[in-house]
Amino acid sequence: MIAANKPEQFTVRIKRQDGRDQPSYWQSFTVPYTANQNIITVLQQVAANPVTTDGKRVAPVAWDCGCLEEVCGACTMVINGRVRQSCSCLVDELFTGTHDQVITIEPMSKFPVVRDLFVDRQRMFENLKKIKGWVPIDSTAALGPGPKETPDEQHERYAISRCMTCGCCLEACPQFTKDNDFVGAQVIAQALYFNEHPTGAELKGERLDVLMGPGGVTDCGNAQNCVKVCPKEIPLTEAIAKVGRQLTVHAVKRFFAGKR
Amino acid sequence: MASEPRVIVVGGGLAGLAAAVRVAEAGVAVDLFSMVPVKRSHSVCAQGGINACTEPVRQEGFSEWDHFDETLYGGDFLNHQPPVYEMAYAAPKIIDLLDRMGVPFNRTPEGFLDRRYFGGSVFRRTHYTGASTGQQLLYGLDEQTRRYEAEGKVTKYEFWEFLWPVVDDDGVCRGIVAQDMRTMEVKAFRADAVVMATGGCGLIYGKSTMSVICTGGAASRCYQAGAWLGNPEMIQVHPTAIPGEDKCRLMSESARGEGGRVWVPGIKDDNGEWTPHPDAGRHPNEIPEHERYYVLEEMYPNYGPTPRHGNLVSRDVATRGIFFAVQKGFGVGGGRMAYLDITHLPQDTKDKLAAILEIYEKFTGDDPRDVPMKIFPAVHYSMGGLYAVYETEQEPKPKFLCDIVPEDAGRRKDPSKPAHPGMVHGSPWNMMTNVKGLYAFGEVNFSYHGATRLGANALLSCIFDGLFCGLGVANFARTQAKEDPSEGVADEVFSRYVAQETAKSDKLIATVGSAEEGVDPYELHRKLGEIMTDELTVVRTQEGMQRALSIVRSFIEDYKRVKLGDNGVWTNQNLSFTRALGDMLIYAEAMLLAGIERKESRGCHYCSDQDGRDDEKYQKTGVCQYDPATGTHKVVWEDVPIPLIEPRIRDYSGKK
Ligand SMILES: Cc1cc2nc3c(=O)[nH]c(=O)nc-3n(C[C@H](O)[C@H](O)[C@H](O)COP(=O)(O)OP(=O)(O)OC[C@H]3O[C@@H](n4cnc5c(N)ncnc54)[C@H](O)[C@@H]3O)c2cc1C
Ligand code: SF4
Ligand code: SF4
Ligand code: FES
Repeated sequence: MIAANKPEQFTVRIKRQDGRDQPSYWQSFTVPYTANQNIITVLQQVAANPVTTDGKRVAPVAWDCGCLEEVCGACTMVINGRVRQSCSCLVDELFTGTHDQVITIEPMSKFPVVRDLFVDRQRMFENLKKIKGWVPIDSTAALGPGPKETPDEQHERYAISRCMTCGCCLEACPQFTKDNDFVGAQVIAQALYFNEHPTGAELKGERLDVLMGPGGVTDCGNAQNCVKVCPKEIPLTEAIAKVGRQLTVHAVKRFFAGKR
Repeated sequence: MASEPRVIVVGGGLAGLAAAVRVAEAGVAVDLFSMVPVKRSHSVCAQGGINACTEPVRQEGFSEWDHFDETLYGGDFLNHQPPVYEMAYAAPKIIDLLDRMGVPFNRTPEGFLDRRYFGGSVFRRTHYTGASTGQQLLYGLDEQTRRYEAEGKVTKYEFWEFLWPVVDDDGVCRGIVAQDMRTMEVKAFRADAVVMATGGCGLIYGKSTMSVICTGGAASRCYQAGAWLGNPEMIQVHPTAIPGEDKCRLMSESARGEGGRVWVPGIKDDNGEWTPHPDAGRHPNEIPEHERYYVLEEMYPNYGPTPRHGNLVSRDVATRGIFFAVQKGFGVGGGRMAYLDITHLPQDTKDKLAAILEIYEKFTGDDPRDVPMKIFPAVHYSMGGLYAVYETEQEPKPKFLCDIVPEDAGRRKDPSKPAHPGMVHGSPWNMMTNVKGLYAFGEVNFSYHGATRLGANALLSCIFDGLFCGLGVANFARTQAKEDPSEGVADEVFSRYVAQETAKSDKLIATVGSAEEGVDPYELHRKLGEIMTDELTVVRTQEGMQRALSIVRSFIEDYKRVKLGDNGVWTNQNLSFTRALGDMLIYAEAMLLAGIERKESRGCHYCSDQDGRDDEKYQKTGVCQYDPATGTHKVVWEDVPIPLIEPRIRDYSGKK
């Protein structure tokens, strides 16, 4: 049943790009409304019949997705101006009553477009490498259990470890641009995650060295946009503040160690 | 000519990453291929947990042997015993290792690892991180892989699709052909061993609980290239998922493990018989307690410590319980739905389930903390997959249909000790397919779960494969690199396969401009999903499977006229999907053939026209072999060796 305020069909405007470094352009498609539709099903409907609103048959739209339940982070896009996962974005939520609603879908703007809505977020994974985002275990040999942890400590780390490298926080951040080297909230929070683990803390100094330099924590303007858009509600600004404090201590230690 | 050994791992889920880490740790270079950034692999979806007999569980009366036994019992004794034995005994060590890697497992108040109940066991032996355990385990292994990547020991090829294994004229696997999914470049890569860790094949059913890349395409390609399949008909249907247009989203067994209950509206007469309630329109919260028919608790009241434990019988059993109740008209609102109810649980328990409750809320708009969830069974897991062998010290040795394990393998290193019941650690044959040098790890491997997988055993088998059998891969690659390296194989062997795959792509791309009407691949996929869901899921019959087989065969004909909608030279997803569809069709044909030939009911293979399990004839693996020349399949039966535990009839109605 189509609710009274729901249209029978609606228009999606999609920002397209045929390949890397190609110009972008917009195309509109008319899509029938169905109950419980999400943006992935909308894109599937477009793929099944890639004919624009003015009747032109075009190449199907390329996009990235995986889990379809908001845990893999793949399907992140800018929908009606807001960065979010397209799989968990229900069409009903976007329609607020009027009949001539239009949905606009764009690729994230802070990452290079591979094609259409498909972007390359390799930079986020590279940054994880830079901050040595791992716990340096000796080996996979059976050496007994890990360090004990209180439920509170676990809660704190679990909250950060749900980060699915989706990039929403970077898209929304005014300080993070395509061409600068600011690492952004995601990786700063991840650094905290590893610093807080007893074995992970072994690399704390090296992590902080990276975050102290250009592109590190001081580049954050504290605009707080990141925390507002994070789909996993990761306490990003809190994490940035904590790492900031760790950096202060680290800088003092380095000063006295004469490592300036 | 000797060279530096190299191993290719295809797949960056739990199995692939664990393998990459183990092989790299052993000092052998790894090339890791994945269609998606490995951190986004399907393993992120796993919710509930991972089983192991850790110390506190042992002190509650559980043992590794019980874990081993339960896994066989759940699998209806079609599992291979030595690998399962080895896995059960390795499990507590694997948990310790994951703990050391920093996986944020839930904790007890004192700071030890917490555990929850799960299906197929009356012991609390499932370790977990909230309700996103797979994500957390995958991240833990992803981090260790990144460490080796930073050290230059692992090279990642993300957004690369495996297209074909390179098998030389002697039948030895020498590498793979893969395609860059962005530039569409097709290229061959050499290796001294190749590990397939490409996961399950849920997409053959159209909609399942799996991720969109779980087509089974990679397994099917190996199959067409000469690797065999084991029990491909064994597909698990999970009891509780939210049906959806694009996907069936799982509501993990952890909901029931934490005390969630399955019920449907009904009326109980004086004899205790239930009939559907005439008023189908009531809100669940208005239905009084005495009109709630707790299907599984009534059917299996004596399974566990309390009648509520009936909700935790083996998955195939629970699925049938719900399915038949709905078939009898008990479905919510008269439809194909039952309630999964966690509203009565305390707040802190609900918090532990937050990750899945959020999924329910996001996709249905209802808050499951206040309103019972509407669920129905959905295709979930492939127990079957690529056939693989292993080395054991036991006598008599298992007889495999292929002679890949040498006659003299399995000699005891230490004759003063009794024969080890599990697999030989470090053996190059562990989980090698019938193609020399080609391995199968994780969900794509058929060995561990028989005819039904117990909840929270998959993550374990994936990581176990990688860590335990990974050493054997490194050993094999090292020997090969010394004696018969891939580097020494003529270029022609590789270019032949590159040409084969390029021709296949070109042919598909060329259909874009053709004037012919053509067959729409998406429509064909939808129809394939429908017929497979109808005939090869919860209830199967000879007639139904035969019908499905002839339809799938007609689809294979239709596929020859398939027409693409995109001739783009960048990121042509249309091509990738359509190519995989062709492979899915062949895999589906094998599944149906194996299902038709298995004339018994066992585990998930429940045939309403057969009388139960027939150990005489089918205590066997259905091994599928494909002949590319004729496009025909053959099912050959191989005995499942029974070195340790005699099969017994499954019965969840009483205390085990
Ligand atoms: C919703 C859900 C919940 C689950 N919960 C649990 C649970 O609580 N406990 C449990 O034990 N099990 C659970 N399971 C099962 C478990 O998650 C899977 O069996 C397991 O994660 C499979 O891991 P894998 O490494 O074999 O494959 P996957 O994680 O599926 O990874 C496959 C990899 O192969 C790659 N790949 C595939 N094809 C190609 C190709 N052609 N070329 C290149 N790369 C390719 C992919 O990119 C990916 O990296 C659950 C499953 C689902 C669907
Ligand atoms: S607080 Fe603002 S500037 Fe800092 S990372 Fe977040 S969005 Fe960017
Ligand atoms: S911190 Fe949040 S928004 Fe940023 S990448 Fe992680 S999950 Fe996405
Ligand atoms: S598809 Fe995984 S987050 Fe949307």
